[in-house]
Amino acid sequence: MDLKDKLVSSFMAFENNVDVDHPVHDVRTEAMKNFEIKGFPSKKEEAWKYTSLNSLQKIDFSIFPKQDNALDYKDVKKYFIHDIDTYKIVFIDGIFSSNLSETTHDGVDICLMSSALTKPMYKQIIDVYFNKVASKDESLTTLNTAFSREGAYIYIPKNKMPKKPVEIVHFATGNEASLMLQPRNLIIVEENAELQVIERHQSLTSNEVLTNCVTEIFAAKSANIDYYKVQNDVATASLIDNTYINQKSKSFVNVHTFSFGGKLTRNNLNFYQNGEYMDSTMKGVTILGEKQHVDHHTLVHHIEPNCESHQDYKGIYGENSTGVFNGKIIVDKIAQKTNAFQQNNNILISDKATINTKPQLEIFADDVKCSHGCTIGQLDEDAMFYLQSRGIPEKEARALLMYAFANNVLESVRIPELKARINKLIAKKLGVNLGFDL
Amino acid sequence: MLKINDLHASVEDKEILKGINLEVNAGEVHAIMGPNGSGKSTLASVIAGKEEFEVTKGNVVLDGEDLEDDAPEDRAHKGVFLSFQYPVEIPGVSVTNFMKTAINESRKAKGLEDMPANQMLKLIREKAEMLEIDRKFLSRSLNEGFSGGEKKRNEIFQMAMLEPKLAILDETDSGLDIDALRIVANGVNKLKSKDNAVIVITHYQRLLEYIVPDFVHVLHNGKIVKSGGKELALELEAKGYDWIKQESLV
Repeated sequence: MDLKDKLVSSFMAFENNVDVDHPVHDVRTEAMKNFEIKGFPSKKEEAWKYTSLNSLQKIDFSIFPKQDNALDYKDVKKYFIHDIDTYKIVFIDGIFSSNLSETTHDGVDICLMSSALTKPMYKQIIDVYFNKVASKDESLTTLNTAFSREGAYIYIPKNKMPKKPVEIVHFATGNEASLMLQPRNLIIVEENAELQVIERHQSLTSNEVLTNCVTEIFAAKSANIDYYKVQNDVATASLIDNTYINQKSKSFVNVHTFSFGGKLTRNNLNFYQNGEYMDSTMKGVTILGEKQHVDHHTLVHHIEPNCESHQDYKGIYGENSTGVFNGKIIVDKIAQKTNAFQQNNNILISDKATINTKPQLEIFADDVKCSHGCTIGQLDEDAMFYLQSRGIPEKEARALLMYAFANNVLESVRIPELKARINKLIAKKLGVNLGFDL
Repeated sequence: MLKINDLHASVEDKEILKGINLEVNAGEVHAIMGPNGSGKSTLASVIAGKEEFEVTKGNVVLDGEDLEDDAPEDRAHKGVFLSFQYPVEIPGVSVTNFMKTAINESRKAKGLEDMPANQMLKLIREKAEMLEIDRKFLSRSLNEGFSGGEKKRNEIFQMAMLEPKLAILDETDSGLDIDALRIVANGVNKLKSKDNAVIVITHYQRLLEYIVPDFVHVLHNGKIVKSGGKELALELEAKGYDWIKQESLV
């Protein structure tokens, strides 16, 4: 049985465990119908031209993990930004771990999707927001919707800001030979409220893991959200990360994606600007080696006038790694005075590494500023000579230049401890100790 | 200290240096002058070890050691310093962090521990002051958005930090106004000692009023065609380079 058939038949078993009278169940059933028709995307589709899911579909993934997996904090501490205090929503093999988590209902809700989906007190919010920005058409998103049951639920009321950042961490223990996870997150930040989130998916063994995650984010008027995705998983873990963001006037949403690991990673990052005078920022640092593959697909839909979007993705590809950047910008006819900027710069440090980069601009308004640029290159030989002539050896000079290349993406990281951590990960990934603290 | 013997070098099969002979002793200042395209900057780059240039004949010897197999960083560790005509912009690395890396890598090559942070800071302040460099400047990205004058001053600041045995100043005067020129020249003069040597590469005589050479060499078409004392520079200033070109036609 291939993975699609297994998922379709598992849906019936899934239905036995959820409240079928709940209105969300109709949403799930609709979504499953869509997935059943469409199945997994193939390379024949333009959006999946460079990323194949074929080999993953041949793996016999467990859809429902065992319930009783536990972890000791000391064993997984290193995967958290442990030098600062954070709220934590932690899952082990898809099951919430109260032991590792620190949730709150103190003025804000930082808790579980399963509660939000089942408790009557959240019904109104679920009715208004659940599955409202996520695609009802894209097959992997609908697959996630069909199985949506658990994940992070965050609600920040008007004018509030949580005392500390929130970490959403998913661990896979390897207790299953191969495991498929489908977390579903819902994040609502009301007017003039703020939120910082760090998300991570981490497999703890070399057993196969496939995560198909959907996150819906709603930023109300003047809301401010910083979302950081740390992707540094093991070589047998694959991630399809679908993020949908609905922004209202004067809001600021920044998403940083740090892709340093994993087998196959597909990031579908979608911004919908429903209002004026807002800013959407997407930044990415990708450093890959071995046979790793990362595919960044971004979409910014400028629906109304006077808004900005900024995209800056930097990639360093070594060994047999492959990368994709596809940045789509749509500017509607009425969205005058739009400023949309997109930059994708790549360095290939191996003859066998590849990058496919493609800007896709659909501009229907006439008074807009849109710029895009993509570069693929090696390190600048003049810069190398300059550094070496100052006594910096070739290997360190290369690392310093690559570090400098990636560094400007980090300037906008607003959690200093996270920034320091990413700095160290970059240095480690480049395999050197530089003569100064990163 | 430095001995260049019948040096031939080419880039992409085009010969640029066609047999250079030059000897520089400790305590001396040599000026290399010449018209555009005569090979001055190539000579500087070849001494510093730029791989783009292929040495086809002859060699560069420093303190009795042939530098042929040395990478640019090895030459730097042995005391060679090149002040670039066009310093490269490195966004994302501050002047301070760059200097820390360079100093500590040189120390590592000599088997020394990293310089303690407070000592490094003191050294940086001291040398920055000597070259009248604002402290804010040190936290900026290396050469990024620097004016021509700032870039050159920053080169001499790096020289002051690294205290080379042999400093080659490639067109350090270009892009400098008279005040900056004086500051830069003063810096170079303060660093001069009986143990080190300076090669000043310049098109004009102006810089040589401040950094007074012991010897002046004229480079033309890849060869040193005339050598003399500092008065040769004045003669070149007065008569231009045409007479050199004429003479070398013979």
